[in-house]
Parts: sequence; C-alpha cells; structure tokens
Amino acid sequence: MAALRQIAFYGKGGIGKSTTSQNTLAALVELGQKILIVGCDPKADSTRLILNAKAQDTVLHLAAEMGSVEDLELEDVLKVGFKDIKCVESGGPEPGVGCAGRGVITAINFLEENGAYENVDYVSYDVLGDVVCGGFAMPIRENKAQEIYIVMSGEMMALYAANNISKGILKYANSGGVRLGGLICNERQTDRELELAEAMAAKLGSKLIHFVPRDNIVQHAELRRQTVIQYAPDSQQADEYRQLARKIHANSGQGVVPTPITMEELEQMLMDFGIMQSEEDRLAAIAKSEARVAVPA
Amino acid sequence: MDSMNADTAEMREQLIEEVLAAYPDKSRKKRQKHLAVAQPAPADDPAIASKCDGVKSNIKSLPGVMTIRGCAYAGSKGVVWGPVKDMVHISHGPVGCGQYSWSQRRNYYTGTTGVDSFVTMQITTDFQEKDIVFGGDKKLDKVIDEIAELFPLAKGISVQSECPIGLIGDDIEAVSRKKAKEIGKTIVPVRCEGFRGVSQSLGHHIANDSIRDWVLEKEGTATGPQPGPYDINIVGDYNIGGDAWASRRLLEEMGLRVVGNWSGDATLAEMERAPKAKLNLIHCYRSMNYICRYMEEKYGIPWMEYNFFGPSQIAASLRAVAQKFDETIQENAEKVIAKYQPLVDAVLAKYRPRLEGKSVMLYVGGLRPRHVVTAYDDLGMVIAGTGYEFAHADDYKRTGEFIKEGTLIYDDVTGYELEKFVEKIRPDLVGSGIKEKYPVQKMGIPFRQMHSWDYSGPYHGYDGFAIFARDMDLAINNPVWDLFSAPWGEKAA
Repeated sequence: MAALRQIAFYGKGGIGKSTTSQNTLAALVELGQKILIVGCDPKADSTRLILNAKAQDTVLHLAAEMGSVEDLELEDVLKVGFKDIKCVESGGPEPGVGCAGRGVITAINFLEENGAYENVDYVSYDVLGDVVCGGFAMPIRENKAQEIYIVMSGEMMALYAANNISKGILKYANSGGVRLGGLICNERQTDRELELAEAMAAKLGSKLIHFVPRDNIVQHAELRRQTVIQYAPDSQQADEYRQLARKIHANSGQGVVPTPITMEELEQMLMDFGIMQSEEDRLAAIAKSEARVAVPA
Repeated sequence: MDSMNADTAEMREQLIEEVLAAYPDKSRKKRQKHLAVAQPAPADDPAIASKCDGVKSNIKSLPGVMTIRGCAYAGSKGVVWGPVKDMVHISHGPVGCGQYSWSQRRNYYTGTTGVDSFVTMQITTDFQEKDIVFGGDKKLDKVIDEIAELFPLAKGISVQSECPIGLIGDDIEAVSRKKAKEIGKTIVPVRCEGFRGVSQSLGHHIANDSIRDWVLEKEGTATGPQPGPYDINIVGDYNIGGDAWASRRLLEEMGLRVVGNWSGDATLAEMERAPKAKLNLIHCYRSMNYICRYMEEKYGIPWMEYNFFGPSQIAASLRAVAQKFDETIQENAEKVIAKYQPLVDAVLAKYRPRLEGKSVMLYVGGLRPRHVVTAYDDLGMVIAGTGYEFAHADDYKRTGEFIKEGTLIYDDVTGYELEKFVEKIRPDLVGSGIKEKYPVQKMGIPFRQMHSWDYSGPYHGYDGFAIFARDMDLAINNPVWDLFSAPWGEKAA
C-alpha cells in the first residue's frame, strides 16, 4: 500500500469546496482508493453528498453530550457513505459563540489518536471559508495535510482568498512540509476566467490543476444529496470530476511552496486583464458621471 | 545621617551600566530607560526631596526576562475585588488561575467563611475543552444558580474573566444581567482577561470601572444609615494582616466615621453607599485613584492621599485629614497624636539603636516603594534603592516626595537586574515578594516580604509601626546571619 496521502480543500466561502471535493473523492474511489473525509466546518455539511444525508453525530457534539472527547469512541462518529468512503464531521458551536477553531483542533487530534487514519489511502480535509484563526490552519500544520488544493474562480474575492490561503501555506511550509497542490477553478463564467485562473496559478508558482465547467447537473445532484458521480455517472460533468481525480492522484509529490503576491500585484493583474480600472481611471469615471447628474439643475 | 553623596550617585550610575552590559543591544536600550538614580530636586519644587521621574514606566516587559509582574486578572480578582467579603468572586475560566491565586493576599476580614463571607474560598467555573468550543455562558449561568443555592447570605457575585473568556468572546454581561434579575442580587461582570495591558495595573483600572458601572451606577441601591458630617471612606486599603483596622481606629478616635473601607474587609453595601461620604482617603493611589476621581466628578466628593506608614507620616496625614474638617476634629487629631507618642517613643527607644544606619532595598507593587520609605526613615534606616512592578509616571513623580537623591530607582526590574543590584550593593535588608525572598536570603542578606508582611502585620498606623519595627529587627539582627560562613571557610564580609 502506498503512503497515506493527506490532502485538503480550501477556498473562499460559497465557492463550491464541499461540492467539488466530494465529487472528486467519489471519482477517486473509482480508481480503487480508500478514502476518509474530515469535515472541518461547524456547519457539518462537508460529507452530505457522500452520506446522502447531513451528518448528525459530529465529534464535538457527541463529546459535549458525553462530557469530554476522551469518552468518545471512533465508531460513534465514523460514518460510511457512497462506495465505502468514510466520513467524519468535526462539528462545532452555533455561530457567534465559543471557539470553532479550537473545536477543529480537538476533533483532528481525536481522530489521529484513535486510529481513524489507518487502512485508508487518502485523508481529505474540507475546511470552512477562510483561514480565520489558528484552528482552521490546523490541517496545514505539521503532520497533517501535505497537499492543499485551492478551489477558486475568476471572481476577485475568490482570487484574493486563494492568495491569502497561500500565505497560510507559506507560513507552515518550512516547519511542516505542507505544499500547494494546485488551483481548481470552479467556473463562474466571469470574464477571461480560464486565462485569469492560469495567470493566478503562475503568480503563486503553482498550476491550474483543472478547470471545472459550470453545469446545472451539479445542482440537480446536490438537491438529491448526491454527487454527480452517483446521480449521473455517465454525464459529461461526471467525467470532468474523474479527470480532476486522476490529475490529483497523479500529482503526488508535485506540490510547491507558494509565492503569494501583494494586494497591489493582485489588482495590477486584474488591470492587465482589462477587467479592473486603475484607481485614477475609476475616480475620474465617478467624477464624470456625477458631473453629468449635477448639470441639469 | 544623609550618607548619600555624589560619590554614591556616581557609583550607582556605574552599577546600572555594569548590569545593563549583559544585555544584547536592543534589550539594553529598552531596559536602560527603566533604571536611574534619583536626581537633585529642582530648586523651584520644594514639595519633593529628589527627582525620581526619570524612568519610563507602565511599558510591556521584555520577552525573555524574568519579570516580577502579574496580570490584569491578578489586579482585579486578587487585589480589588477579592477582598470584598460578602460577595462570591468567580474565577471564570480554566481552573489554574483561581487555584494559584487562592488566598494569596492575606486580606483579613470578620465574618463566618462559607456562610456570610467568602474571601478565602476559591470558586471557579473550571472550563473544559467543550466550554471553550461551545462557549462558557451556559456553565456560568449554572454556577451562579449553584452559588445562589449554596450561599444564600452572599450579597452578590463578581465574574472575574480569565484569558479564554476574551478569546472566545463569551457574553458575560448578558449572563450577568439575566441572572441578577433571576436571583435578585448584584452580579458584576469584569473583563479582566490576563492578556490585557502590561501588568496587573490595567486589572485595577478595569475593576474600578466595573465598580463604577455595575455597583455605583446601579439604580435603587445605597440604603443604610443616615449620612453624617464626618463620614469618610478609606479607599485602597486591602487590610493585609489587619492594616485597615489599625488605620480606621485612628480616624475613628479623632471623631470621623469610616463608612466604607475599600476593599479590605469590605461589604457590598459599603461600596454602594460610598458616594454619600464627605471625603475619600486614598492609601493605594495606584490601584484605586480611578474610582476616587469618578466619585469626585460625579458626586463632588473630594479625595486626598495619605500615608499611615511610620509615625512622622501618620502624624502629618492625621493633621492633613483634620484640616478638611472643623476645629473639633483638628483638636482631636492632636490628641490622637499625643496619645500615641509614648508608644512611638518606646518603639524608637528600643529599635532605633538596633537599626540606625542599616540600608534597605525595596521592590514592591505600586504604592509601598515610596510609602514605607518614611517608616524606615523614622527608624534611622537608609533606602539604597527602590522600584515598582507596575507604577505609572505619576507614581514616580510622587516618589520624589519620600526618596533622597542618589537612591537607585528600578522600574519593572528583571530577576537578573535585581539580583545583581542586591549582590553589588549588599544592603542590610531587602523588602520584596516571595519569589525574591529565597535567592536574597541565600546571598546571606536578611529579607522581609513587603507584599504580605511576611505573615505578620498590620504595618499601618501606630500599632502597625510597632510591629513593623520589631519585624525589621527580627530579620536584620537575627543571629543566624553570623553563621552564614562555614567555620572552615573565610569570614563573611
């Protein structure tokens, strides 16, 4: 058996991390891989499409019920879903209370100590929106995920988030050996999206692993709590995810230490692509349009 | 008597240079600003004996050094709130902060512990992992219910925040408001998380603010006896070893009525009705000047500093306090001073010859590095160096009132610096805290704990002075110091 590969999906909130990761992992099973998914989001929706239901028993909720995490057994929280993919959700507090970051740390430590990582080829972490604190950086720290895949699109804030996540990876790259596996562009049909995604990947010293086209079938599958692989295995979109899975599988050891850029460089790139005005141009345009409004008086 | 001369001052400057030399450049530059020698007082300022405000203060300690400071939680729970006896003070967070600060300050009180008084008890919410992850508000809610049931005679509760409360953003104010309604008692949330500020000093300030917001500004309080013309509050006396009792006795003997004592042996009711007093007397200026300023602004109550260490300052303070009242009180003040003069004479006759000329180095908190100096003066002792853990610039300004020029001044001194200073100066006595006690004694130098009075006290007032003089004699003239050198080794210097 090959060494355990620990990968993680990061990206801006709402970009489609959970959908992309679950579809990709479902396709990876077809390559004969045994997989464990660790959902690191208090909303606990990282394994919904694999389990065909929202996970009810998260590590932290059960731990809280029983008193402490030490009272918990692995079987209590480990669920098996589509094609024997193992699923665990860390869970966490309601929005606005407590410390979800600490919850992620607690949950991952529990899984490691209780042997959840035995007999699997892949562990995949699905982490919420942005790296807001140390807890959510847990999966990229020492002895956790070695390859990070950033899900992004051609939207400015998605690019911004991708750059920020790269900063987080860079911070831990030397101490823990975490690498950026590549970018996955989840098409939003923005201007010159593919070129922009490739340019961004180049800026970060990485590569665009795959460009996942937009297809409403993903939505149809999602509404049935299924991956496209399960819902429409013969569809064009299922093949896209299979391609992505094959590329990730072949990407072992190919990760890089990212080279994040400054906000100014990021904006310059958007200007170079002609999809953002320079500050001077924008201010001039605003002044012009306001002058027009003011004249008729 | 005045053994400080230009030579000594120059030697002390050299000593500072020598001690600083061990630091890397960056640290040396920073620490340099906290060490100085008291300079001659300017001719146009007759109120001070020397200029001591040449040092920087109230600045973050250097990483890597052994600072002697505490944290904001220590300042609020340990100093200001902890002594309020008829309230239960919850150490809100993991168990360690409450456990290790348990009964540290020797705040004496009357009452039955566990029934109507709670100072020496340790109550904590004992946070576990799940309280951090899911928030601790529910647990706080439950603990308050338990306290209400276990201690029906408790008059109120304070919630002393430990670090995690601020990190996870628990809404202790909302819980306090809700539970205060439910149990019908005062509940004071205090945001004194340990990571706030540079020392315990911010904790004092935060605690003062919480008294303002949750006790004094609360509606429908302040019941009690009819206010009288001689009502005063003692503020900033924590009754260490009975200090406040020794102090109020003198004030009461001169005809004043002490209606509040903050916060040693204090009750919640005393604090609530404090704004009806005519004058606030403040002893520990550093930890409670904030609430005095507030009461002055809001209720028009004047405040004044006083010093009850040593007979010269006691007499001067009694006269200054009496000046704020009528002639009867002024006459009474003279009578009180005269009454205790035989006691003072007896103490001086016995101890002064044994202590005259002995040198002392002090390192204490925010008041005593200047206030106890005059008690040593009265015994003929000489202060070689003094410094504060958490003083601000206004404290160093005031220090000049009591300190002679040429005295070594050290702010937020590091373990290394203090050890070197003591080693080079080799005073006859060092007065500091428990952490400093044993290293100093191992150097063969007598030591007294000047935070806790070394399990003795009181040291305030005339009665306290007698005990103070005896304790200093016990430490310095203990025959054990003659046995410090091994018989086969060299004779001690």
